Amino acid sequence: MIGPERIVVAGASLAGLRAAEALRDEGFDGELTLIGDEPHAPYDRPPLSKAVLSGWLPTDRTVLPRARNIDARWLLGSPATGVDLAARRVALADGREVPYHRLLIATGTRARPWPRQQGGDLHGVHVLRSRDDADRLRAALAAGPGRVLVIGAGFTGGEVASVCRDLGLDVTVTHRGGAPLASALGGVIGDAVTRWYRDAGVDLRLGTTVRTLEGDAHGRLRRAVLADGTVVEAEVAVVAAGALANTEWLNGSGLAADARGVVCDASCRALTVDGTPVADVFAAGDVARWPHPLYPGQLLRLDHWDNAVAQARTAAHNMAHGSRAPRTHDPLPAFWSNQFGVNLKCVGLPALADQVVLTQGSLDQRQFVAAYGRRGRLIAAVAVDSPRVLDGYAALIEAGAPFPPVLNATDGPGRADPLDPAFPRPADPAPGDPSMPPTPPASSAPSPQPDPSASSAPSVLAGHE
Amino acid sequence: MTATTTTPTASTAHQHTATVLFAQGLRYEHRADPYPYYEQLLRQPVVRMDDGTWLAGGHREISLLLRDPRISADRLPPPQQRPIRKSLLVEDPPRHDQLRHLVTQQFVPRIMGMRDHIEALVTGLLDAHTSARPGQLDVVADLAYPLPVTVICELLGVPREDEALFGSLARRLTRGLDPIDTQTEDEIRELQQTRNELQQYLEGLIARHDTAPGDDLLAGLMHSHGPEGPIDPIDLRVTLGLLLIAGHETTVNLIANGTLALLRHPDALARLRTDPDLATPLVEEVLRYDPPVQMSGRSTLADIDLAGTTIPKGSRIRLLLAAGNRDPRRFADPDRFVADRTDNAHLGFGGGIHYCIGATLARAEAQIALTALARRLESPRLVADPPPYRENAILRGPESLPVSFTRLIADDGGAG
Repeated sequence: MIGPERIVVAGASLAGLRAAEALRDEGFDGELTLIGDEPHAPYDRPPLSKAVLSGWLPTDRTVLPRARNIDARWLLGSPATGVDLAARRVALADGREVPYHRLLIATGTRARPWPRQQGGDLHGVHVLRSRDDADRLRAALAAGPGRVLVIGAGFTGGEVASVCRDLGLDVTVTHRGGAPLASALGGVIGDAVTRWYRDAGVDLRLGTTVRTLEGDAHGRLRRAVLADGTVVEAEVAVVAAGALANTEWLNGSGLAADARGVVCDASCRALTVDGTPVADVFAAGDVARWPHPLYPGQLLRLDHWDNAVAQARTAAHNMAHGSRAPRTHDPLPAFWSNQFGVNLKCVGLPALADQVVLTQGSLDQRQFVAAYGRRGRLIAAVAVDSPRVLDGYAALIEAGAPFPPVLNATDGPGRADPLDPAFPRPADPAPGDPSMPPTPPASSAPSPQPDPSASSAPSVLAGHE
Repeated sequence: MTATTTTPTASTAHQHTATVLFAQGLRYEHRADPYPYYEQLLRQPVVRMDDGTWLAGGHREISLLLRDPRISADRLPPPQQRPIRKSLLVEDPPRHDQLRHLVTQQFVPRIMGMRDHIEALVTGLLDAHTSARPGQLDVVADLAYPLPVTVICELLGVPREDEALFGSLARRLTRGLDPIDTQTEDEIRELQQTRNELQQYLEGLIARHDTAPGDDLLAGLMHSHGPEGPIDPIDLRVTLGLLLIAGHETTVNLIANGTLALLRHPDALARLRTDPDLATPLVEEVLRYDPPVQMSGRSTLADIDLAGTTIPKGSRIRLLLAAGNRDPRRFADPDRFVADRTDNAHLGFGGGIHYCIGATLARAEAQIALTALARRLESPRLVADPPPYRENAILRGPESLPVSFTRLIADDGGAG
């Protein structure tokens, strides 16, 4: 085929691996190099906060299945540290330089760390993003701590708290908003989620944040002081306060990249700071921000498993075939979570809604579907313990169905009664003290993040450019 | 609403053509190969029929309807046809979900780890025919029928001596799934009578379990407590009947249709003989190419816009799963049997909230049975092609499937 001879994929996780496979499927037969900062072969992250923490699955069983042999050179254990767009070379931390004809940026995100000056380097303070994080946290939980503190009630926070309760551990969860998942799903559904937490015996502290983590003389975590002045005694803390895009290595490259992600166009081509697409640099997965036709005027960054796979395929297609008839990446966002014994699945982006209506089931029974609307159109739906119905809603959303939708579902309420979904307004001052800890100096300024949450959360970082 | 114009419009002409094609596809003389009619029907993915019902044959349209929240599984039969209590197959949420939950809780753990047992049953059934001499077996009577029946009866706790009686009831009852207009008055009357017989039989079975409870699925169902409390006696009987019939009348067709496909595609048969891993995609391809359940039914709870038309609220829809499985808009080369087809999102087990509960079990039974046939029959040949088919149009499959062979190879038990 006529095409690039050398493709470099920076990032050896889900998006990177699936892109590499897709490149081969698309007929790319040149030299393929994958760069990964971790020493591990690509693995699956969703089980880390679920099956792995609970002890059901060891991390060495989370390795991603390979769809095909990709015949690639693997440079693992050494992150990319820079890119020279003019010379088409990627620099690695170990000093090597890798030339490319086309480059895919798939470096993903990392957990937002707790600041050192607020106790972030105490023994017992964890984040959960990587396989090694999961191994450490699993060991800490298996040791039977007296209490676990989870900072943040987004998707990861909820999954961790749920596993802790399953393990019989006492758990305190702090959340700056009025309800868990409120910025992803709104306060109406968040209030139902609050009941899941409380029924499971979680000590849930809403409308507050952690001011500092404090340790003993040996540097071990002992307690947390909250913004409301109360103290929580805990030996393990899990910081589930959102994700930062791994884009520091792109600083100075001329690409439009910051802690919110790397900006690309609908066909996955990375943009420079002046908004021009770079012909030979693409982005996919958690790190990419792009315009989605269903959500005009916004740049989306999704850390969803499905999106990583789909975007990787689109990018690979366009990389292999150049600019002839590029594909655009516009699938309906979808993600899922398991916590407190319920399966939660979502299509579309609820966070953009101005109304919500319960269409099936009941909030109290923990089995329901809620539909979200924006300006009279159905834009999202969330299903709790009803995963099989969601494809139908997805089709309605894609067809531009009106909101509230006329469903007459047999398990629906007699009358559709749309409510304000009660999303926290970004302008709301956070109750209590500190906003999220500052981002590391290496990155440029982050946008305000309404609800920090990690792996499976819909991080809709709605920039307004 | 009916067309009031005096000259037939394009749409009423389509409607009439579709009605005729559908009727043709269901006729018994076309049972061995209804697919040419389905192919013509597919030219319109959704069409209204002369009797006001709707027919969906497109893969995309069926998939959407199966998952649409504006859909009821109740096919709205005439009220006099309605059984006292609907089974979860035609029940809607929330009752469907409660019943399904009770069943899956009992069913899933019991079928896990069953593969070895299924292997042993298949080996036993074929061993009866092991012979160095040329011979013949009826794949339906000797394997495809007894295998799933034994499995479902064991699972549920039906005594072996009742199998024959039950089998005859099940066969007569499944005719009731066919469109009413293909049944005679006598058949409809017989159906009601059979329902009564089945009900009596199941009451007896439940009563016996009450006095001597076992650890089978029936006992599990009787003593399970969902969020709504224990299962009520009528639901128990209806659910039990459904499981027994589904266990009798579907997997038999899957295995028989699979055997037929293998014998008509010797290359696939040869590959399966040496590569048992091929059984997994191959069974999926049988489910696509020649599905045991040809169609399903739904009704609409609201107006649904689909394929450029509006299906009004309160309509009955037939979902022609077997046509969707051969939709050229979804599958490349849809009329070709491709044993290792990938991206095989067939509709063989339905979809959405009613997706077949027994799918895992049916897959295991078919994979094991077809692999055993491929390995153990030397030079197999269809005695009649096409074979005689059963009366049933919806649960479609051969009545018998005589296969001759030069030798039925003894099971090496993996020891060779």
